[in-house]
Amino acid sequence: MRYLKNVLYFIGLPVLLVVMWWALTLGPTNFFVPKPLVLAQTFWDVWVGERFWTDFVPSIQRLVIGLVATIVLGVIFGVLIGSFRWLRSFTEPMLEFFRAIPPPVLVPLLMLLVGINDQMKIIVIVSGAIWPVLLNTIEGVRAVDPVLSDTSKTYKITGFPRLRYLVLPGASPQIMTGVRQSTSIALILMVISEMFGSSSGLGFTIVLFQRGFAIPEMWSGIVVLGLVGIALSLISQFIERRVLRWYNGLKEVQHDG
Amino acid sequence: MSKRLTSAALGIAGVLLFLITWELLPFVGVVNERYLPPASRVLVEFFHYLGQSAFWGDVGETMTAWALGLAISIVAAVVLGLVIGSSTFLRRATSSTIEFLRPIPSVALIPLAVLLFGVKIESSLLLVFYAAFWQVLLQVLYGVADVDPVAENTARSYGLGRFARIRYVVWPTVLPYLMTGIRLASAVALILAITAELIIGSPGLGQQIALTQSGGAVPQMYALIVATGLIGVLINAAVRLLEKRVLSWHTSVRGEVAL
Repeated sequence: MRYLKNVLYFIGLPVLLVVMWWALTLGPTNFFVPKPLVLAQTFWDVWVGERFWTDFVPSIQRLVIGLVATIVLGVIFGVLIGSFRWLRSFTEPMLEFFRAIPPPVLVPLLMLLVGINDQMKIIVIVSGAIWPVLLNTIEGVRAVDPVLSDTSKTYKITGFPRLRYLVLPGASPQIMTGVRQSTSIALILMVISEMFGSSSGLGFTIVLFQRGFAIPEMWSGIVVLGLVGIALSLISQFIERRVLRWYNGLKEVQHDG
Repeated sequence: MSKRLTSAALGIAGVLLFLITWELLPFVGVVNERYLPPASRVLVEFFHYLGQSAFWGDVGETMTAWALGLAISIVAAVVLGLVIGSSTFLRRATSSTIEFLRPIPSVALIPLAVLLFGVKIESSLLLVFYAAFWQVLLQVLYGVADVDPVAENTARSYGLGRFARIRYVVWPTVLPYLMTGIRLASAVALILAITAELIIGSPGLGQQIALTQSGGAVPQMYALIVATGLIGVLINAAVRLLEKRVLSWHTSVRGEVAL
């Protein structure tokens, strides 16, 4: 019974909204808003088939490569900068500036420096999405428990083992917060980089449909982007729960005690 | 104090090192000067821009879209957040829809904005609103959920009405969360305001960047990019200052002062 109630809560409003959408488009067709069934049919026609391989897969590939590079570089530099006080002071004003540049303006710049190709799109993703990971890693490394830090010093745990067993786990809750923020920025930048001079990809396709006034097709592209966004957020929640299982458990114990 | 001085000196050294590297890269020939003009030329262009009224007009356009979009989304998110948050039924009924709509990247709405509004400011507003709204709404919902039940019940037994409870119990709890939301939203709003100008071509700094790039005016393009970065720095600083002012009574800020 309780289970049923939860399901009702989960699907209630979405179903209501779709029914409203269906009811409101029953009458004469509005040029901008397709009927739900038409949209579903278009979605199937457009995205299942060849376009899946020529536009969807390349986009996702670039996104994944960009995200992996973002996380690896962000954590490496974050640990470096976070570990040395002088390096932190040295880089702080420049980081503050670069973080504040809206990443999309780097697209025209990188088009000049790198040219219009896959590398450019990946660099755009990395250069915009790296800041949350980098800054959160710096904060996380700085905030490592001083007692644990002193203890490991006393036991002469230094170098790689210190990094592996003290610094990275200690900073991981912060790092995961950064990764979550970076993921949504990376998706935005993937789309933007494809809207500029490109011949494939989700962003390119949606703009193409819009220019040709293919309204249901355009909406189907927006739906695809929405689904990618939701999938990414689910995956990152899942990974976060796995990586931070020990941390969430610790929090619960502390709250109970 | 001397510690702060050394850190400031190190920071300045970092900026100088960056500028010198930038100056030398095209000089040595690592990168073509046509694509990466030396820092000095970009800075000259930047100061040249500062004296032009057209530049300030563009800054004004961008900041108007930013401020309007941000203000609309904050008001809408606070009202909706308080309404949804104070009812368990509404909170449970809307959570799946919110979780579904929130991760949709707002740039996906660019084609829709173009069709509906063309190159007018409304296009920018739509994108800014969609991006900033969720950031604030989520924080307000967290804040309302965090209200101390003892305080809530105390207020109720003293006979405080619905609005008085929102004003004196819920609002002070929500405020720190709301400020976090505003901080996140103001950065995202700037990104989307400039993206809209860059891609759709509504007037503003982003449009100028696209124009200088396609016109081959590379030093000017770099100067404009530096300008957007400085605007971002100013916005961050302003929001942090606001946060400190508004939450001066809150322990998180008082603690910082005491240390």
